[in-house]
Formats: sequence, structure tokens, C-alpha cells
Amino acid sequence: MENYWNQKYEVMEREELEALQLERLQKTVERCYHDVPHYRKKFQEAGIDPSDIQSLSDITKLPFTVKTDLRDNYPYGMFAVPMSDIVRIHSSSGTTGKPTVVGYNRHDLNVWSELMARSLVCAGAEKNDVIHNAYGYGLFTGGLGVHYGSEKLGASVIPISGGNSEKQVMIMQDYGSTVLCCTPSYALNLAEVMKEMNVAPTDLKLKVGIFGAEPWSDEMRNQIEKVLGIKALDIYGLSEIIGPGVGMECPYKKGLHIWEDHFLIEIVDPDTLEPMPEGEKGELVITSLTKEALPMIRYRTRDITTAHYEKCECGRTHVRIERVSGRSDDMLIIRGVNVFPSQIESALLNIGQVEPHYLIIVSREGNLDALEIQVEVNQELFTDDVKGLETLEKKIKHAIESTLGISVKVRLVEPKSLERSMGKAKRVLDLRKK
Amino acid sequence: MKIIQISVFIENKPGRLSAVTDILAENDVNIRALSIADTSDFGILRLIVDKPELAYERLKEKGLTASMTNVLSVRMPDQPGGLANVLRVLNENEINVEYMYAFVSKATDDALVVFKVENIEDAEVKLKGTGINLLTKDEVYKL
Repeated sequence: MENYWNQKYEVMEREELEALQLERLQKTVERCYHDVPHYRKKFQEAGIDPSDIQSLSDITKLPFTVKTDLRDNYPYGMFAVPMSDIVRIHSSSGTTGKPTVVGYNRHDLNVWSELMARSLVCAGAEKNDVIHNAYGYGLFTGGLGVHYGSEKLGASVIPISGGNSEKQVMIMQDYGSTVLCCTPSYALNLAEVMKEMNVAPTDLKLKVGIFGAEPWSDEMRNQIEKVLGIKALDIYGLSEIIGPGVGMECPYKKGLHIWEDHFLIEIVDPDTLEPMPEGEKGELVITSLTKEALPMIRYRTRDITTAHYEKCECGRTHVRIERVSGRSDDMLIIRGVNVFPSQIESALLNIGQVEPHYLIIVSREGNLDALEIQVEVNQELFTDDVKGLETLEKKIKHAIESTLGISVKVRLVEPKSLERSMGKAKRVLDLRKK
Repeated sequence: MKIIQISVFIENKPGRLSAVTDILAENDVNIRALSIADTSDFGILRLIVDKPELAYERLKEKGLTASMTNVLSVRMPDQPGGLANVLRVLNENEINVEYMYAFVSKATDDALVVFKVENIEDAEVKLKGTGINLLTKDEVYKL
């Protein structure tokens, strides 16, 4: 017997589901046209009237929305409701200085909690569970998203947030945590700490982990399941769409169910932007169907995946996407934080007159991502004393850390020691296991 | 007398020092004195050579980061108190020594020390005023 949070919608026959999607899509398009100048302008440029949307496939007539649109309308320009209706604001790291800001009205928070509760139940959680929420609380949507979903479900949520691993292990043990929510690499880090503390997986009551916010692999899943003795499941979300809970894997591990009564997805070729045939890899594009404060029309997630529409063994009819296998842009996810090479570049530009050559090296030290920036010392940056060079190193480190919000190691290297490919220099070396 | 020192940025990894010395050898540049200041990641190789301008140009051409710095080379009696006497003069005149290194020469029994100081003009005047012997460019390069 499968457990559902909202059975009516989760197992809805596709025909009925698609009719619901169309009705909601038409409403969303209508509202975007009337309430958001950005969308009205884009629709008019494309010669589209809301009444042109007569079927779900008509969605391809609508223009795409990209992260830059949010930044161009920073901070609140894309909101479709007055600020007096906004009850929550989150933001994600920005590419060159400005972050992207997202807002929620009360209805949106209810939808988000509903979808997170659904996701938790989909993973096998129920109201008697103790949910250990080690996602960061704050502007990042991870912590609060899982938090409100857990409360909606009626489970007991421990809002521990990230960091202080020894305390986390103690609390998991003493408070009897049954569900672990964090990034997959942090789960492995907790397992290491447990080992050091002589805490065996059998000393804990953990049964399932809900892992997301960074790329991982089947190998990592197997490792986590082995060292923690739990089922490790994947969760998908992004702040521009709503946060965590856009999609969730069920224990059958056949991909992540996207909650289609609230989101309409497409898979497109990232170069031509044409739809990909079903079952083929492409960029995930999401349209929100029920969001009020910040509706999103054809948002390009830049995440590469494949969609499958057959009904799942769990009984859910909603489309499943495979674990995200890559990005259609150069974004890196380091310890759950989105990092664009351009951010590092602009931080370096502020150091000297000439842009130095640099190389970004991402590796995994133990179970945590490590970021090293190698900077070539050119004539301009060079000083004859060690103190001067160490000051330069610190200055670069500070500039990058204050832009990215995560710690980095800076290493000064000789000119021309960094590989240059034809025309464009190779900027990123990702040594993490795929 | 100011003399020119070549400073070269080198990474702490195998083969980097010899990359510098190979370039010098190819160009028939003779090293008079050297010192290395290093951290765990990188070092600064400081050289007094017989043809500093040529060495500087060739190192740069080969893609190395190098600079030319003015330093003082002081000759002092090779006996207890020799260095103390020089440092006392600098100290009394509040001239900060950024770094220094000693070297030997077959041409003299005296001790030779290279000084990098904050205020080189001032140091030069004050040292000379107390009768301390500063080497000229020619003397150093032809040691």
C-alpha cells in the first residue's frame, strides 16, 4: 500500500491532469500578461496574446525566461502581486554581484509547504518521523522549504541547519532523527564524523535521506546507503521556481516525480531551444502553474536531464526526470552554492589593472568540495618581497570569498604555467568524481 | 652605491629553479650571489649577476615574472662585530632592513652582505658617512 500526501492529484489520470494543467497555464499566462510589464513586453514582441494558448503544446509560442531577466528586473520587477501581499523573500547567489530575488505570497507558501510535504511522504516519511533538517536556513530556500513542509506533514522537524557536524551526530543519536535532509556530500561528511566518534549507523534511527542542492551520482548514492544504512533519495528544486520540492524521487528510484499539477515541464535542445523527442536528454524548462507572486513562464533551468511519462510503480502519474546530469552553462555547484566562473573573474579584475590568468580547480577533500583558484603572477602583480605577495594572495582570497560566500584557497603560480587552449583559456578543472 | 638585484617569482615545484639557472647559463650570465625567500607555495629567487639587464630581459622573454630592485652591497671586515657595526648605523638612523643575505668572494678576505632597505638613498648616505665601504656596480659584477 503506497502512501500519498495528496492522492487525488498524485495519481490523477494523465488526461485529467493535462486538462488541469491547461486551465492553470491559461490563467498564469493571463496574469503574467496583465500584471508583469516584463512579460507583457516579451509577449507583445513575440506577437502573442494570452488567448493564443489553446492547448498545452501552444506553450512553445511563449518566450523563454532566463536568470538574466530576473537580474534585469532586480529586485522586485518580476513580481505579479503588490509588495503588501509578499510575505517571504529568498534569494540565490548572483553571477556578477546582484543576486536573484524571489518572493512568495501566502498562497505560494501554502503551495510550497504542500509540495514539500508531498515530497517527504513520497520519500517514505510520515507524521511520526523526526526530520533532521541540515539544509542551510536563511536566504537559501533549502532550510525553510524543508522546514515548513515537515510541519505541514505534522512530523517533528529539527531545524539544525548546516555545520558543527559533531553536534549534528549527537543530536541525531539522542533525539532519534529518522529522516536526514542535507546535501549528499554533507551526508558523507556526517558518516565520517560518526566513524571518528565511534557512532555506528545502528546507533541511529535514520531510515531515509533526502539529498539535493548539488550534483551527485549512483556511486555516491550507493556509498551513502552503505555507510549510513539508509535509503538515499534525490530531491529537486530551485529558488526561481519555488525552492526544494519541485520534484522528488520515490523509493522505486526511477527518477524524480515533478509535481505536474503545479509545474509544466519541457525538455529542449539548449542550442536550438527546440523540444527534444520524449526520452531524450536536454535542458529542463519549467513553467509555474499556480505561483502567484512570481510566476515563471518557460524558465530555462540550465539543468540537463531526460523526462519519462509512463506511470511509476509507486502509482504516481506525474512525469519523472532523471537525476540532473550536467548544466548547459558553466555554473559549478560547490558545497551546495552556485558558482559561476564569471564571478571569480570579476573579483580578480578588481585586484589589478590587467586581468590575470586564472584556473579554478574543484576537488573533493574527504567528502567536502574544495575550491582552489590558481592565479598567475604577472609583472604587474609581482613584488620583490614575500609579505607583498602574501598580501596579494589574501586580497584575492578576500575578494573572491566576499563575492561567492564560500571559502577558497588561492595559490599564486608562474605565468604560462596554466594551460591555454586555442583562443579561450581553460578556466575550470573539476576533479570531483562524477 | 646602488646595485641591481634580479628577483624572480618561482613556484615551489620540481624543476623551477633549474629553469631559471638554465636561462642564465645559456646567456652566459654569471651569478655573484643569491638567496631564496620561500613560502609553502612559492618562492622569490634573488640574484646578483654580472649582467643584470640582460638576465632580466631574457628571463622575461622566457615567460618568467622578474623584477629589478636596487640594493646595497656592503663590504665589512670578516671578524666579530663586522655586521653589527653596519646594522647599528642603520638602526640609529631608523632605516628598516627588509631583507639581507651574505655572500663570499674569492677576491677579498672581507665579508660581503646585500641589503634591501626601505630608504636606500638615506641608507647610502648614512653608511658612507660612517666610513662603511659600499661596493660599486662594477666591483660587484666583476667579483
